[in-house]
Amino acid sequence: MSAAHTNAAAVTIAGVTKTFQKGGTTALQEIDLELQPGEFVSLIGPSGCGKSTLLRVIGDLVQPTEGTVHVGGKTAHQARLDRDYGMVFQEAVLYDWRTVAKNIALPLELAGWDRRRRAERVKEMVELVELAGFESHHPWELSGGMQMRVAIARALSFDPKLLLMDEPFGALDEMTRERLNLELLRIWEASGSTVVFVTHSITEAVFLSTRVVVMSPRPGRIAGLVEIDLPQPRSADMRQEPRFFELATELRELLRGRVADQIQVEGVH
Amino acid sequence: MVTEPAPLARAERAWPIDLLKRVAVTALVLAVLWAFWEGYRWLWMQTGWTRPFVVDELTMPPLADIVSRLWEPLAEGQPPLIRDLLDKSAFTAREAGFGFALGAVVGFAIGVLLHHSRLLRRGFLPYVVASQTIPILAVAPMVVIWGGSIGLPVWARVGVISAFLTFFPVTINTIKGLDSADPRALELMRSYAASPWKVLWKVKFPASLPFVFAALKVSATASVVGAIIGELPSSIQDGLGGAILNFNQYYSLDPSALWATNIVAAALGIAFFGVVVLAERLVVRTAPEHVA
Repeated sequence: MSAAHTNAAAVTIAGVTKTFQKGGTTALQEIDLELQPGEFVSLIGPSGCGKSTLLRVIGDLVQPTEGTVHVGGKTAHQARLDRDYGMVFQEAVLYDWRTVAKNIALPLELAGWDRRRRAERVKEMVELVELAGFESHHPWELSGGMQMRVAIARALSFDPKLLLMDEPFGALDEMTRERLNLELLRIWEASGSTVVFVTHSITEAVFLSTRVVVMSPRPGRIAGLVEIDLPQPRSADMRQEPRFFELATELRELLRGRVADQIQVEGVH
Repeated sequence: MVTEPAPLARAERAWPIDLLKRVAVTALVLAVLWAFWEGYRWLWMQTGWTRPFVVDELTMPPLADIVSRLWEPLAEGQPPLIRDLLDKSAFTAREAGFGFALGAVVGFAIGVLLHHSRLLRRGFLPYVVASQTIPILAVAPMVVIWGGSIGLPVWARVGVISAFLTFFPVTINTIKGLDSADPRALELMRSYAASPWKVLWKVKFPASLPFVFAALKVSATASVVGAIIGELPSSIQDGLGGAILNFNQYYSLDPSALWATNIVAAALGIAFFGVVVLAERLVVRTAPEHVA
């Protein structure tokens, strides 16, 4: 869909199939997808559609059975070794024995930054996610939303080209989630990185994304791509606009249509 | 969005009372044990009961005699027994301390090795287990002779025997502790392209600490036992093992001396345990609900 060269794309997924040894299930089947730099792309679909697996294939944490993934013109493996990925999971996965500041600094330590540079960067990140004053707290002293903000700060601390997020707000309450959605957009605009965001919330996908990839299960396939043409920057009010509902409905129908097809196919057997 | 550091503050404010409470509880427990010992003696001697064993001055000397024995000389014109026992404790403590440290380091190293290789684990773990089924008395003479041939001082040789007892719990719990690291935390480290060494040091090792410290507590007391037993076959007279063997032979003449020595040995074990508990408090930082 894009005329851009392969090596200019943020992510190029070509013919990716993933079959798991156990039970021989096909998690992903012939996925082709290209992401442009600066895009915010959500992967949405029912559970078991392989969206988390696809995210891990992009991040070189899971090897595809067939096909290739390139990130910024490099292989996914090389991109991981070059520390091009910032990852955020559904749980914050903070290190209990480290303070907020030291959690954020961990990737920087691994990248060999010196103490002074680390401290400066941590200070910036703490301000970016609005956690100033909590630097020396331990994770268990923070609320779920604050922990997630630490995880995001940690993922962005080393300025990765690609931010991979696996249902990062799935475990949070609705209010916290909507607030963090806005914060994430602000951070995304400030950092200019490309985001791949896995979610099973239709409204979250519409609100956050520039583009949504709808996936269908068994085997995991791309059921459709939807451009989200809501103006940038997004604001909380947009959740009430007619265009927002149109897009949400479009996604819902794509999801439902594919699930219905699936049931029909299975019924025929 | 203020979180509550209240529990910490409360604990800090209340520490003198807390300390007082602890001292009181300790004193109370000691008093109850003392009363139980003396009560048991009194009842069995009054009634003349012979089960499970006859109670007399030989089988159960009065506690007061045992404690006061510490301040009496071993023989005419010698310093009080406690002086002698403290000197011997120092010697045994050196053996046990060396044994504990050696056992902890070797045990941890073996644990790390076996954690990283499934093949090694399968191949070697049975022998690690088997090593613990061999009575320490059967190994002691070889260690003493081998150690002597490479010029190790006597206390270090006994330390090696003690280490034989202390490495095992550390190995087992190190493996378990390293395995306990959160898989998502490891996935995260992969995404940072962290080297195996960094993963071990930054994630697995801190995650293993609660397990390792649980093992170190077992090893701390075992190291004292190991040192005392290690002294026996080597006929070392400078430590508590030598004293115990000696007082064993004179038990019918002077039972309180052996009991007194046992109390000192127990105190040494408790001191070792206490040091590990203290170190754990300083080192392990996890969420309060994770602290076992």
